[in-house]
Amino acid sequence: MGVGIEVTNLNAWYGANHTLQDINLNIPANHATALIGPSGCGKSTFVRCLNRMHETNPIARVTGTVRIGDLDIYTDAKPVEIRRRVGMVFQRPNPFPTMSIYDNVAAGLKLNGYSNHRVLDEIVERSLKDSALWEEVKDDLKKKSGASLSGGQQQRLCIARALAVDPEVLLMDEPASALDPVSTSKIEDLIFQLKSQYTIVIVTHNMQQAARVAEKTGFFLNGRMVEFDSTHKIFTNPSDKRTEDYITGRFG
Amino acid sequence: MSKLRTGSTWRARIRTAEDGLATGLAVLSTVLVVAPLVAIFVYLIYKGASSLNLAFFTQIPKPEGQEGGGMANAIVGSGVLLALASAIGVPIGIGGGIFLAEFGRGSKLANAVRFTADVLNGVPSIVMGVAIYALVVTPAMPFSAISGGLALGIMMIPTVTRTTEEMLLMVPHAVREAALALGVPNWRSVLSITVKTASPGIITGCMLAFARVAGETAPLIFTAFGNSNWSVALNQPISALPLEIYRYAISPYDDQHRQAWAAALVLVVLIVTAVSLVRYVASRGVLKGAS
Amino acid sequence: MTRIRFQQSLDELKENLLVMAGLAEQAIQRSIEAYRVRDLSICDLVSRSEIAINRLERDIDQAALDLLAMEQPMAIDLRFILSVIKINADLERVGDAAKAISDRVRSMEQMAVADLPVDIPRMASLAADMVRKSLQAFIEADAGMARTVLTMDDAVDAMNRAAYKSLTKVMEEESHLAPQALNALMIARNLERVADHATNIAEDVIFWVEGTDVRHHKSLKTAPDPHALG
Repeated sequence: MGVGIEVTNLNAWYGANHTLQDINLNIPANHATALIGPSGCGKSTFVRCLNRMHETNPIARVTGTVRIGDLDIYTDAKPVEIRRRVGMVFQRPNPFPTMSIYDNVAAGLKLNGYSNHRVLDEIVERSLKDSALWEEVKDDLKKKSGASLSGGQQQRLCIARALAVDPEVLLMDEPASALDPVSTSKIEDLIFQLKSQYTIVIVTHNMQQAARVAEKTGFFLNGRMVEFDSTHKIFTNPSDKRTEDYITGRFG
Repeated sequence: MSKLRTGSTWRARIRTAEDGLATGLAVLSTVLVVAPLVAIFVYLIYKGASSLNLAFFTQIPKPEGQEGGGMANAIVGSGVLLALASAIGVPIGIGGGIFLAEFGRGSKLANAVRFTADVLNGVPSIVMGVAIYALVVTPAMPFSAISGGLALGIMMIPTVTRTTEEMLLMVPHAVREAALALGVPNWRSVLSITVKTASPGIITGCMLAFARVAGETAPLIFTAFGNSNWSVALNQPISALPLEIYRYAISPYDDQHRQAWAAALVLVVLIVTAVSLVRYVASRGVLKGAS
Repeated sequence: MTRIRFQQSLDELKENLLVMAGLAEQAIQRSIEAYRVRDLSICDLVSRSEIAINRLERDIDQAALDLLAMEQPMAIDLRFILSVIKINADLERVGDAAKAISDRVRSMEQMAVADLPVDIPRMASLAADMVRKSLQAFIEADAGMARTVLTMDDAVDAMNRAAYKSLTKVMEEESHLAPQALNALMIARNLERVADHATNIAEDVIFWVEGTDVRHHKSLKTAPDPHALG
């Protein structure tokens, strides 16, 4: 089951660059929330603050509070623990090139010490079914490498890999932007199904995609969150003129 | 259907000529590079093959002046020395490469290590031999296999380190991020993911280092020293193919010259075989995707 | 500014709708003029302009459909195009009403002019006013002006109900005037429908400009939930 995310006064820096300013928002549990905004507005940085990937950069700095469920992720736990509860799927599919499909999905578990083969088999199968890839790969699990799949399949493999560690939150940073329309549709249908079990946050440049999959949408601009509301409202009658300018393409 | 405009036929002819010239130069360069290698190998076979017999591979050198005998002890000795060298050079080299690429990036220590490795690479091999002589042979133990292995091992380190670093840096950042995002600790991610992905290149680096030190003679003069008897004891002087080639080549006896050629051929063949074998085994392992 | 071509397409759509609006307004004016002076040649003009209105309706719908498919409009752009499609339909109906009135005038040509207890010209002027004002609200994107149109509908409804009462009385008591009374009743009803269409246009303008749907607000407040029935 997913949990809600509560962000309070989040500020983030890359060196001297104040990338995120005073972000406050509540992401509801078991819903998909979309984050939109022009390039460089901070939405990717924001998402990376939710699983503490932001700080893998040595010049990165964060202040403020992020509560996932009842856990303050910056004071109550270590980054490694948080990342097991908050999964991430990246823009370009990045399966581990030296591993088979099976090993890719099981990687998060194996590398953290799990070795019971029966349990791993079950988890791999369940994860691949949850990410709508099982039927296409079930005969080649250990024979084919993760990198031999098509782009859309690779991305679903990455989703399966993220789901295998049973996170509560799934962060998706433009998951379909490198994919063709058919694969994109498959990923979107997937998000729809996954919503009931996980809390999903999806960063996207594609506003129609945000409109299709997310109940709530947040508009980021220059490091601030300008508006956060139901997707319906944002796309039919937004409150802030800047939001409207962005979504009608009248920017700049 | 109209033809593509390509300019006058005169210009076209010049372009074709330039193309032919460039191709010709490339072929010529290839021939010039490969020819000496082929020539050496052929000459080695010509001069040495006839001296290869069972005795060569099974007997130790006969006392000076006598005909016959073999280099069995030198072949085994080379094997022992290279095994020792690899045991020292490969782990330290790879460890250093991992440190430089993954954990020390940008730090002053990393810069110092890198600089040291590059300098060490340029140290002439005879100087290395003399240094080990002064540091190990004189105070600790007289000429021995250990000191020889140490000298060769240290010479392997810079190559292995730098190659490992380069190969690790070539692993795409996306792969690392994927591992981190799964909640895998950094050290585990480096070893199981990054190093594994770079392993073909790292192995090549080890091969390069191995092939280089396999033929080194000068450092062994002051450390392993050579031994005309059977000996594989690590704290005793030990024979090695390069050493025997050197000694036999400058000896006054024809029979020993003959054996020197044979030894040279054997040394080259052994190096090529070892490298090929490791490549084969490594490529099999990577495809299987061992986890 | 980005999306210049899209903005030009939107402006063009608005222009075409206003051309159609002009034709519809003119049609109403002419049909009442035809009634006043009983001039059949004016009826011909109304028939011709109704054809032009229908053609424009098709063209505007096609243009709106293209914009929806090709440009993925959002928010205010989406509301605008949706309003244009609906106003388009209402204007076409206004044109139909004008033609219906002029048809009544044609059939009254052979009849004697009767003095009937109904002020058609006044009702027409109110209805035409509403149309003009709702279109002005559209041109200026003025939701306030559109709201005033909504209040004018009651007056026209009242006049229509009164016309119904008095004209049925005439038909009962002065049966020789029944044909004229019947035609006058139908003209009154068409004018009431013109007023309704003007109200619709005003509601669409409010939806476009403010994003609120003010339709049927009176009846919906007390109506049962359709999903709860049966």
